[in-house]
Amino acid sequence: MSDQHAFAAALLDPRKACPPGLISANGADPESRFAVYRNNVLGSLINALADNYPVVVQLVGEEFFRAMAGVYVQSTAPRSPVMNDYGEDFAEFIEHFEPAASVPYLADVARLERLHVQAWHAADAEPMAEERIVATLSSSTLAGHLKIGLHPSLRLLQSPFAVVTIWSAHQHQTPVPFEAFPAQNALVLRNGLDVEVFAISHAVHGFIAALQQGLSLTTAMEASNDLDLEHTLAGLIRHQAIIHLLAEQVSP
Amino acid sequence: MLKTPSLALDSRLPPRAGLGLKSEHFREVLLTRPDLGFFEVHAENYMVAGGPLHHFLGQIREQYPLSLHGVGLSIGGEGPLDVAHVQRLAALIERYQPQSFSEHLAWSSHGPAFLNDLLPLAYDEATLDRVCQHIDQVQSSLKRALLLENPATYLAFEASTLDEPDFISQVVRRTGCGLLLDVNNVYVSCVNHCRDPLAYLDALPLHATGEIHLAGFAEDIDSLGERLLIDNHGAPIDHAVWQLYLKALERTGPVATLIERDNHVPAWEVLLAEARQAEQLLSAAGARS
Repeated sequence: MSDQHAFAAALLDPRKACPPGLISANGADPESRFAVYRNNVLGSLINALADNYPVVVQLVGEEFFRAMAGVYVQSTAPRSPVMNDYGEDFAEFIEHFEPAASVPYLADVARLERLHVQAWHAADAEPMAEERIVATLSSSTLAGHLKIGLHPSLRLLQSPFAVVTIWSAHQHQTPVPFEAFPAQNALVLRNGLDVEVFAISHAVHGFIAALQQGLSLTTAMEASNDLDLEHTLAGLIRHQAIIHLLAEQVSP
Repeated sequence: MLKTPSLALDSRLPPRAGLGLKSEHFREVLLTRPDLGFFEVHAENYMVAGGPLHHFLGQIREQYPLSLHGVGLSIGGEGPLDVAHVQRLAALIERYQPQSFSEHLAWSSHGPAFLNDLLPLAYDEATLDRVCQHIDQVQSSLKRALLLENPATYLAFEASTLDEPDFISQVVRRTGCGLLLDVNNVYVSCVNHCRDPLAYLDALPLHATGEIHLAGFAEDIDSLGERLLIDNHGAPIDHAVWQLYLKALERTGPVATLIERDNHVPAWEVLLAEARQAEQLLSAAGARS
């Protein structure tokens, strides 16, 4: 076993003794010195999660969060030095973390926060000008066959909980009371330099999900009952979510 | 008096004070255009596709020299370098054309796991070969020399056969890399390992200094109840570190100096005041040389 292997293993598992071959110049117990590295690793990774999941921290409190995140860190060290990506499956972990079971919506709030971080750092794309969108949609005889290209930051989430309301209630200094039900669908997207989060209807969710899959306007409409098309398109245009319109390849 | 670094080091930060750039300072910087020599960012924070981080760094880069400081390359790691990570660094360097790129004499990855800390190395011939090989690889991939930062450490290895400054001198000589002299790390390590900071400083390859870091430390105690200093970048720069900085400048002449603050970040004005203090010492050093 290599030296760094033993060192790394002992860093992440506090039950392991500190690795052999370590010394302190003043003769102090190396364990007390090794503890600095252990604390740095654990503390910095917990901090990275706290940065990425601020509403989860607010919902369960700092102390509970750090204990929960500590368990996660010890089972799931980062796989990359890019800390913005760390904790990608933290929501799945929370879902199965027994002590958090009394907060059933916690995992979905974590999912929403993950999408928020992803939207924040997603690729840039120039939104299509409103006049051009309107002109293309109203003039083209093939409008129904158009495919709508959405901004790379756009994300969707379906939840049995009022996940958007819960998230929104924690964006201010003084949390607002909220109802955990009914179910909500979330739309997350970056508009200019700001990430926006909306609750959307089941129909709008189905429609945008179909567009994201590359289906044409007509097919996406068919996939979603009770869709107010005009209102939905107007919303997407207003929030700069449409980056291009492409004619579907129609076979002869 | 040693000469200031040569252009061959590819380090052209001005010999002035700079600050670490945090996202909470973007708008303030663009609005007030503070009189600073440069900004420094952690490379890994900008390894994202798009969004506000690139938007603001792009605007600030147009107005200030930039130092790109890596914290995740694991140059001292036993395994091979993460080639994808080197490519991400190359892309950032291409995009922002920083005046300086620096990394640490440490390891932070093992196997697939990234440990998010700068971990200590046993200083022996095998480690020396490996570190030099990794630095050669990075420098040839990035087509530029890097600055290597001396570490802050809390323990040492029985297996070490080389002294830390001697190890660093050999790396600089063999790879042609420069030195990022972290004065706080010198002080922290010397207290933790019962060494004389001035003697340590004199043993470093100061002629290759391309940048200086100044930061604050936290104090702990070890099992003997003795002072154990932690390099946490979370406090004002200690008086002893300012004193050591003066001694360093006497030896290097004026060199670009970064005030590092990553935790308990105070008000912007407080950071600017520390930068001004460094700038005064830099001017004095310039007048002497």
